[in-house]
Amino acid sequence: MLAAIGVDSTAELFEQVPNELRLNRPLDLPAGMSEPEVYERLAALAARNAHAEDEVCFLGAGMYDHYVPAIVDAITQRSEFLTPYTPYQPEISQGGLQAMFEFQTMMSELTALPVSTAGLYEGPSSVASAGYLATGATGRRRFVVSCGLHPHSRSTLATYSAGFGAEIEEVGLEGGTTDPAALAAAVDGETAAVFLQSPNFLGAVEDVETLGAAAKEHGALLVVACDPMTLGVLRPPGECGADVALGEGQPLGNRLDFGGPSFGFFCGTEALIRKLPGRIAGETEDVDGRRGFVLALQTREQHIRREKATHNICTAQALNALAATIHLAWLGREGFRELGELLVRRAAYARERLAAVEGVELLHEAPVVREFALRLDAPVERVLDRCAEQGIAAGYPLGRDYPEHEDGLLVAITERRSREQIDALAEALRVAVAAEAVAV
Amino acid sequence: MNQQGEAVTTIFEKSKAGRRAAVLPEAGVPEPPLEELIPAKLLRDEPPRLPEVSEPEIVRHYNRLSRRNFDLDSGFYPLGSCTMKHNPRLNERVAALPGHARLHPAQDPRRAQGALELMWLLQESLAEICGLPHVSLQPSAGSHGELAGLLLTRAFHADRGEERTKVLAPDTSHGTNPASVTMAGYESVKVATNERGGVDMDDLRAKVSDEVACLMLTNPNTLGLFDENIAEMAALIHEAGGTLYYDGANLNAVMGQTRPGDMGFDIVHVNLHKSFSQPHGGGGPGAGPIAVSERIEPYLPCPQVVRRTGDNGGGPFFDLDADRPKSIGRLRGFQGNFGVFVRSYAYILSLGADGLAEASETAVLNANYLKARLAEGRAGKRLPVAFDRHCMHEFVLSGKPMKRELGVATLDLAKRLLDFGFHPPTVYFPLLVDEALMVEPTETETKESLDAFADAIERILAEAEEDADIAKSAPYTTPVRRLDEVRATRQPVVRQAL
Amino acid sequence: MAEASYPDDLRYHPDHDWARVEGDTATFGITWYAQDNLGEVVFYDPPEVGATVAKDGSYAEVESVKAVSDVIAPLSGEVVEVNAGLADAPERINEDPYGDGWLVKVRIADPSEAEGLLSAADYRKLLDSD
Repeated sequence: MLAAIGVDSTAELFEQVPNELRLNRPLDLPAGMSEPEVYERLAALAARNAHAEDEVCFLGAGMYDHYVPAIVDAITQRSEFLTPYTPYQPEISQGGLQAMFEFQTMMSELTALPVSTAGLYEGPSSVASAGYLATGATGRRRFVVSCGLHPHSRSTLATYSAGFGAEIEEVGLEGGTTDPAALAAAVDGETAAVFLQSPNFLGAVEDVETLGAAAKEHGALLVVACDPMTLGVLRPPGECGADVALGEGQPLGNRLDFGGPSFGFFCGTEALIRKLPGRIAGETEDVDGRRGFVLALQTREQHIRREKATHNICTAQALNALAATIHLAWLGREGFRELGELLVRRAAYARERLAAVEGVELLHEAPVVREFALRLDAPVERVLDRCAEQGIAAGYPLGRDYPEHEDGLLVAITERRSREQIDALAEALRVAVAAEAVAV
Repeated sequence: MNQQGEAVTTIFEKSKAGRRAAVLPEAGVPEPPLEELIPAKLLRDEPPRLPEVSEPEIVRHYNRLSRRNFDLDSGFYPLGSCTMKHNPRLNERVAALPGHARLHPAQDPRRAQGALELMWLLQESLAEICGLPHVSLQPSAGSHGELAGLLLTRAFHADRGEERTKVLAPDTSHGTNPASVTMAGYESVKVATNERGGVDMDDLRAKVSDEVACLMLTNPNTLGLFDENIAEMAALIHEAGGTLYYDGANLNAVMGQTRPGDMGFDIVHVNLHKSFSQPHGGGGPGAGPIAVSERIEPYLPCPQVVRRTGDNGGGPFFDLDADRPKSIGRLRGFQGNFGVFVRSYAYILSLGADGLAEASETAVLNANYLKARLAEGRAGKRLPVAFDRHCMHEFVLSGKPMKRELGVATLDLAKRLLDFGFHPPTVYFPLLVDEALMVEPTETETKESLDAFADAIERILAEAEEDADIAKSAPYTTPVRRLDEVRATRQPVVRQAL
Repeated sequence: MAEASYPDDLRYHPDHDWARVEGDTATFGITWYAQDNLGEVVFYDPPEVGATVAKDGSYAEVESVKAVSDVIAPLSGEVVEVNAGLADAPERINEDPYGDGWLVKVRIADPSEAEGLLSAADYRKLLDSD
């Protein structure tokens, strides 16, 4: 090979790198290891994590311990889905492109908005991306954001806004849901978008249609973040006046994976189609009249539009969106609804059982689907430690993000949380709260 | 792989009312009507129209779909700047360990020490490879890393009471660069390329000023050439008070050979789905961690994975540090694409210091060999290399003579390659080169694989000399032939009508 | 339009745009060369009626599948009419760039600006030199 190139050594090929920039020493990293050794090393690290196979997980806060059916892995681990690049040559990417089309159809159905993209990174950055879209679409630079939005979403929106330039006004919660008077007062003709989340971070279902009227009145976009697993039972954002419906896609087909990779779904109205961020698959025909799929409306995207692109995204989370597609096909129309109903009823049961525990009460009484907030008469983190000793991750301490709820605990339900596990949680909480209340 | 005759049906078209795959657990709790728990106004009238299919049908549908894809495990994939190297399956195995896969992101850090230590070790490894001490793993892709770098730049200048408005990038830069610039609230300014394929230093000097916040580069650049003026470029931008940003898409050329930190870069993003073997998944997931210099460290995204000394003389404790007053804040939810970190860390452990350096060396060798093969015969005449010097891990050819002399465009050559069982190189990028063809073989291809590709190009060119129409109407043997993209964009159909 | 054509009654801007001046209004569009380079037009993003356009500035965008082009105003003025038919049939820009493919009508601010534009012959010379 060297002869063909016309050099005596590979070193000559690196002569274009000036000497003073050459590393001239080995990287200060361990030498390469054999496969079994790497496996042992990674297994040893994994063993030092308290995970949902070993303990009962009532943690939610945006990502949930759902059961991912085995066929999801079987299909997403196929070479043909796992290893190709973005479908720039559509003739040999029909599998991936059709899967995107099916995904887009499903998310459009879930949110009741006509257009879905192929997805973004995850929930919070999708919220920020909606902010960027809104400034472009309206020419305005103010956002009105409910404190019911996931703290990570609000934080990410603020980070991005410092770049493209937008101000954020937050509206507080009252009784667990967005204060409607405060929201209406905050929205005006300078508002680019109003951001709501339903169910919100405290698990409460928001009346999106009523709250969203303020946005409509002032020509602001209504952006609604939602938990996709609740869309089998809740009225979807598209039926409540949302211009954009988006959110964290992890509950659909994706593992917890300590927070990623998952995907963000992003749906919009027809009017916004040319402003949407990221890939969109479209149906068409080939020269012989065969049905096929391509990346549509590419002139929105960075590889063509460059500095005027609707977004900078290139690599997204295609395989994770495929996992969601398979999971949704597995649940099917009836199964998806049934799962939603199961979540509502188990959450209702859990809420009642836990509120009946001495020293535990509801933080709010707003309707919930699968997650709810409690108030404890004992230091929350210490109660959590005691429950962990019993092999239960009892929930998310609200004090981490809501200073007004130092005593708050967010408890999440999935179809994996059986009645027996809920009863065990109630007992563990009873014991822990009693012990910690005494200790105070 | 043909499947041309197969009727394409979507999963929705296979739906039959009453069919179902999922069996869900019994509620096991009281089942009042939903309206008793949630006001009817907030409830959905009709469930979403998801398909109704059995599990065997789902498996068959997606398996058949998968066979309508060309993939890296099946063939050569020389996409320039994408680094399509082999994805080791060990990485999938370790990522699936329950300790990683079923770990909730909000788990108490004391009970997620394995995960946090893994992230910290990956950070340390990337710091050593990049030559910059501080790393954030939060960004989820290269673009996300670019946005992060520009927001860090903004914070850096704001902290010094300065307001700058422009960001410079070469005209050969990847589209994500100017797109990120606009998202970060800056104005994008292009810098010209000289006849050697490097940055035009006169143009750069003319454009650097105290209005410029940052210079974004990749080195080697998208032409596959190492710009030897990098030290001078770094000095120029630093003297003017700006930051120097490295797009890590081309890192595969330089691991263990040189380091962006040593070249003078302040901020580097690394594409874990390129140099670090994370599978591309048909368009993600990936990750775009950033490594930064000491002066940029205060602004890093929050939270940051840190190692603290343990209490009472115990071992080190890994934690998420949110106490970062100058941080630009969060870029996304939770900690980042942890599953990708597991795979990339396993890759780094597998290769080690020696293996990573060898990977870059071989990547550069393979690219130069393929370039030499394509400088022979018909390819040498019809597809001349854009810049005639040793390349690094990739090179760019121009199809201009082929178009002029045979009437076959780069697009047609790419489509004909599909019939020969190859994924084509990147086409029409960088914009600087007419009818560009950007080729990156990577280190995981054998000499035989490279020879087969060069032979295929030769055959296609010979065929085009006889009959140019063959390539112009290619491909013939793929599941679909050329698609009507005009129609897809004029009358977009982006979901199934139900 | 299959054959290159540059009508003599129009004035041309070096960025491949034309103007037909009739009294105090002018009609603008893109030239045969511009539409040929762009490929099949799929979308036209027009300005609002009443918008001000400035000579040499971009007033609209024309998109093909693979590219987007800024459309440059040959003269300054106020937009009085936009070709609404292009919303459903943007391909008219390719088929009839000087007729049905017109983009906007403008009330011109400064008639003397037209003197700075190229004649058809000079525009053809510019194309040949490229």
